[in-house]
Amino acid sequence: MSIAINKSKCIGCGRCSVVCPGSLIKLGEDKKAYIKYPKDCWGCTSCVKECPVYAIRFYLGADIGGSGNLVHTEKNGDILSWIFERTDGEIRKIDIDQRESNKY
Amino acid sequence: MIKTERIKTDILIIGGGTSGCYAALTISENSNASVLICEKAHIKRSGCLAAGVNALNAYIPEGRTPQDYVDYAKHDADNIVREDLLLTMSERLNSVTARLEQLGLVILKDKDGKYVTRGNRNIKINGENIKPILADAVANLKNVTVLNRVNIIDYIVKNNRIHGAFGIGVENGIFYVIESAAVIIATGGASGLYKPNNPGFSRHKMWYSPFNTGAGYAMGIRAGAEMTTFEMRFIALRCKDTIAPTGTLAQGVGAKQINSHGDVYESKYGITTSERVYGTVNENREGRGPCYLRTVGITPEQDESLLKAYLNMAPSQTIKWIESDKLPSQQNVEIEGTEPYIVGGHTASGYWVDTKRATTISGLFAAGDVAGGCPQKYVTGALAEGEIAALSAVEFISRNQESDDIDEKEIDEKRTEIEKFLTKNNSRFTTEQLEEAMQTVMDSYAGGIKTNYGYTEKQLDIAIDRIKQLEILANELSANDFQELMYIYELRERLTVCRSVIAHLKARKETRWHSFAENLDYSAKDNENFLKFVNSRYENGEIRIIFRELTKGGEIYEHSDK
Repeated sequence: MSIAINKSKCIGCGRCSVVCPGSLIKLGEDKKAYIKYPKDCWGCTSCVKECPVYAIRFYLGADIGGSGNLVHTEKNGDILSWIFERTDGEIRKIDIDQRESNKY
Repeated sequence: MIKTERIKTDILIIGGGTSGCYAALTISENSNASVLICEKAHIKRSGCLAAGVNALNAYIPEGRTPQDYVDYAKHDADNIVREDLLLTMSERLNSVTARLEQLGLVILKDKDGKYVTRGNRNIKINGENIKPILADAVANLKNVTVLNRVNIIDYIVKNNRIHGAFGIGVENGIFYVIESAAVIIATGGASGLYKPNNPGFSRHKMWYSPFNTGAGYAMGIRAGAEMTTFEMRFIALRCKDTIAPTGTLAQGVGAKQINSHGDVYESKYGITTSERVYGTVNENREGRGPCYLRTVGITPEQDESLLKAYLNMAPSQTIKWIESDKLPSQQNVEIEGTEPYIVGGHTASGYWVDTKRATTISGLFAAGDVAGGCPQKYVTGALAEGEIAALSAVEFISRNQESDDIDEKEIDEKRTEIEKFLTKNNSRFTTEQLEEAMQTVMDSYAGGIKTNYGYTEKQLDIAIDRIKQLEILANELSANDFQELMYIYELRERLTVCRSVIAHLKARKETRWHSFAENLDYSAKDNENFLKFVNSRYENGEIRIIFRELTKGGEIYEHSDK
């Protein structure tokens, strides 16, 4: 599992690097974030949720059946939206109201 | 020479995860003691709850009692539990839940305002932000300081009394010498000991934190603390590949375990945690694989809810469903067992503690995954133990303020050890190569996935020799920066835990829990000789096994031979 960071969007704020529970993300000399240890990513998506400019995408490794779809979150008040960008170009969105509990 | 910084605090908490944060909250509500939390990452999302959790699995609903929970955990572990620890934990499950709700956790309620239960012990929540909720609560405490990205590498212990700990700043490269009157160890379990299901790019999965290296166990073992039940390994039955939890499918939508013929096989093997894993292994072995959770036929509303539920704790599973265009109602969810973990929050491995969560080292208290004898803790049990350990530490420092000065020689020795790793050594190997070697040894000779979790004494003997050899090689590693230095210490921690696991597996000459401890030389349960704890102490470089009797219901164990 790992993430892809869009360098042209990254503003170098370093929030992803701070929050990562594995200290896997660093700021390069160009002041852009990059994942230094991609094989140690465990898919918690903390960095994805932290990024203020939505520059980070999470994806599944091919070894566990991933085919290159990307996902990120956007937060609006209590609504956490998960946005899936499929390889066929289709976008799917799942909104979760954080005031509501899981039903199952 | 690396920069040294000395810090004094009343209580040091090692690990800012679930139980560590709750311990800090408890101390600050009950005393004016100064508290320092040392966290290897950053407390906002560190620990196993980084992505969240979608149910609280340990709760006492109306009509049930704490003793019911004790009985459940005792049955699941086939009697090898400390009932006194389980009961003291269970009695606090509901009050810590109420506190979590007060801090901002969303819990599902019915129209009368009562929590909606899932089965006999679970309640439903929105726990995506459970860790930020705990971290925020800690940030507002006056007497609590958090040092993020400080990796604690060893305790400072003199005459079996703790005086603090040594740490290294992963980013600032500072060598920390922390003096404290009491220490609460609240680090996580140990993952990454065995070769994982997918050893390559996706080797790490949500919930069994790759950053939990067993540091808390290893430091205790090295310091001579008595440890318990490392042979009760935890193997999780999970959704294949993503290793996402299955409870939401099994309990949430009532999905049964079926083999490739469509037969429900759980009744054949039993439904304890280890029997569910073993049944799945055996169905595969006998040619009826793969196995699934039968979800086909659930409603579209249930599909939609499951997509959300998994996003709130293990997002990769939802991504997998969406990528494959096959929702759970259309395709059963394939399941498999993980590699074995050592994790006191699920099984009973950890420090041998009394009901105050005092370890056998004076002034050292344990909570959560590192505290042994008390399985099925889950989140709320970890909080309850954080609370108990905190109250005990406060009480301890009120009686034991005086603390010896830390031996300067010991500080110099530790600094020299660190600096040796930071200078160029002649090691032919990298830390990653030795980690891979360790996982291969454990997989082949200590009951990994490769052997369907089974092992023989002869195999364990090979494992112990190979792990000892890797310990020597690990001493010769070198690091280019402080993160690499942390990786060397993490490898050493895992190797220490492996030594203990192998010694414990060898000592329990029976098979009480299939898969968890599948001793092929002794394939039957032996109640005559093994209705007891396998404990151990590290002495003169070897693990010495100690057998201890079970505590019965109503009995309380207290340390007597400290």
